[in-house]
Amino acid sequence: METLYNILIDPFVQMYEAPDFLMQVLWEGLVSGVLYALIALGFVLIFKSSRIFNFAQGIMVVFAALTLVGLHENGVPAWLAVPLTLGVMYVLAVGIERVVLRPLVGQPDIILFMATIGVTLFLIGFGEFVFGGENKVMITEALGIPTGALEFNPFGGFVLIEEKDLTAVVMAVLLVFALITFLNYSSMGRAIRALGDDHQAALSVGISLSTIWVIVWFIAGVIALATGIVWGARAGVSFALEVIAYKALPVLMLGGLESVSGAIVGGLAIGILEKLFEIYWGQPFLGGNTETWFAFILALIVLLFRPQGLFGERIIERV
Amino acid sequence: MTATAQARAPQKDAKDAAETILSVNNIEVIYDHVVLVLKGVSLTVPKGGIVALLGANGAGKTTTLKAISNLLQAERGEVTKGSIEFHGEQVQALSPNALVRRGCIQVMEGRHCFGHLSIEDNLLTGAYTRRDGYTEVRRDLEMVYEYFPRLRERRTSQAGYTSGGEQQMCAVGRALMSRPEMILLDEPSMGLAPQLVEEIFEIVQKLNKHEGVSFLLAEQNTNVALKYATYGYIMEAGRIVLDGDAAALRENEDVKEFYLGVGSEGRKSFRDVKHYKRRKRWLA
Repeated sequence: METLYNILIDPFVQMYEAPDFLMQVLWEGLVSGVLYALIALGFVLIFKSSRIFNFAQGIMVVFAALTLVGLHENGVPAWLAVPLTLGVMYVLAVGIERVVLRPLVGQPDIILFMATIGVTLFLIGFGEFVFGGENKVMITEALGIPTGALEFNPFGGFVLIEEKDLTAVVMAVLLVFALITFLNYSSMGRAIRALGDDHQAALSVGISLSTIWVIVWFIAGVIALATGIVWGARAGVSFALEVIAYKALPVLMLGGLESVSGAIVGGLAIGILEKLFEIYWGQPFLGGNTETWFAFILALIVLLFRPQGLFGERIIERV
Repeated sequence: MTATAQARAPQKDAKDAAETILSVNNIEVIYDHVVLVLKGVSLTVPKGGIVALLGANGAGKTTTLKAISNLLQAERGEVTKGSIEFHGEQVQALSPNALVRRGCIQVMEGRHCFGHLSIEDNLLTGAYTRRDGYTEVRRDLEMVYEYFPRLRERRTSQAGYTSGGEQQMCAVGRALMSRPEMILLDEPSMGLAPQLVEEIFEIVQKLNKHEGVSFLLAEQNTNVALKYATYGYIMEAGRIVLDGDAAALRENEDVKEFYLGVGSEGRKSFRDVKHYKRRKRWLA
């Protein structure tokens, strides 16, 4: 009885008794959630427009961050290093389209998936060759990201918000809004959505696959850079950063591979839920470190009941 | 192998080049490097004409259209011989995108609307290749709504949830948004009620008359197609077996017998298969 009380009731009592701490937890969850959402968006865009599950998304984060830091180390000022890195990501997008995607048009999806694994391996090798394998520090100050912390005192308590995290959230939100606007209100965005619906028909109205693919992979590159900067500022820039892209996998399962809104909601939900679970259940009962697996279990449960994901696009079937 | 050599020498008797918008010269199409689907197909479409491409299932109508619009590549099909000329320019090496820019667009069999996009968004995707600005596109959108008033009513619905007729209209309207000179229309009657089929063909005729759009339409519904078309080609097993003015084809005994279902001696039975084969050889 007592254990049941401890598991089912007590955490909520704690939440109620220390609302400031709860807010702190929620905020931390929100920060990682926003990032998960951002990475998931990169996956969703590429999947929607080309039916490719882009295995290379994670390594693109590392590659973008490494390029940025590497350029800065070689004396390029930060304000120039960012557009230059974007340029590199653009060249990468064009290269992938030319060398990998175009020759494989019309091949089964799994072959394209394997090709992205090839891209991943190439980027790992190439990245290490150019930038070396050791950990680097993100150039947070040089980029003008504030590093202080803000204090709030709600309910007579105490909440600490790092400006770094605040910047991350603001940047991610702006990026997401820009993306949604682009997808819904520009002719190119409309073409991307159309391509997601019906490849053949998109081709037939003259939508050019190669143009769209370059754009989509470039967007994925921009997202990779943004995530790389933000996550690099928290955890340093190394090849281990690749792992956070895999944290986006449960988000995709939860949100559906094709749904932009699903990626956003799924990302936020997973970020917040895993933090809550870790603090109120994981640490007291399971010895902590539940964040590494919680999201996957959650996704597994969702998949059991809704195979298309919580927000997956309904397959329109007319009878 | 000899594709270029073949392409250089125009095969078909050059029907007044100035009047021809599309000419297909003896093309051969191979899928997956092994399956020979078209075995030398030639046809011409005059500017401002409606030409019907008729034949049974699997005769190669769709493949012919896709060869012209270059959608074959995505299906691992390939034009291995012959040439395709649009406005006198060789187009078989162009991408579908480049061809749409030149004014030739395909409406695919089975409608293929973008299911999750609204009808209006569907129509607007048709204007993807255009660079003449927002107001022009809006004006054409209005024009499409005039031709298809039903689409205006459904403009905000997701295309996937509209009826088959509305989807067909949407597909044709979407093609119109690219300001085409020529539309390759594949099986517009598929799965539609007879009344709707007539409606669609009426609109095709109107578009032809008022907007000057030339049509090459593949149809199984020989009856309706020959009613609206000016000229017809009949395909069988990857070849053209018969062609002629629509009026003449309608009166042709063989066509009546094989495609219109009215034989000179009433209904046919399986006994006549042999007879049919013999006749076919003669036709080819």
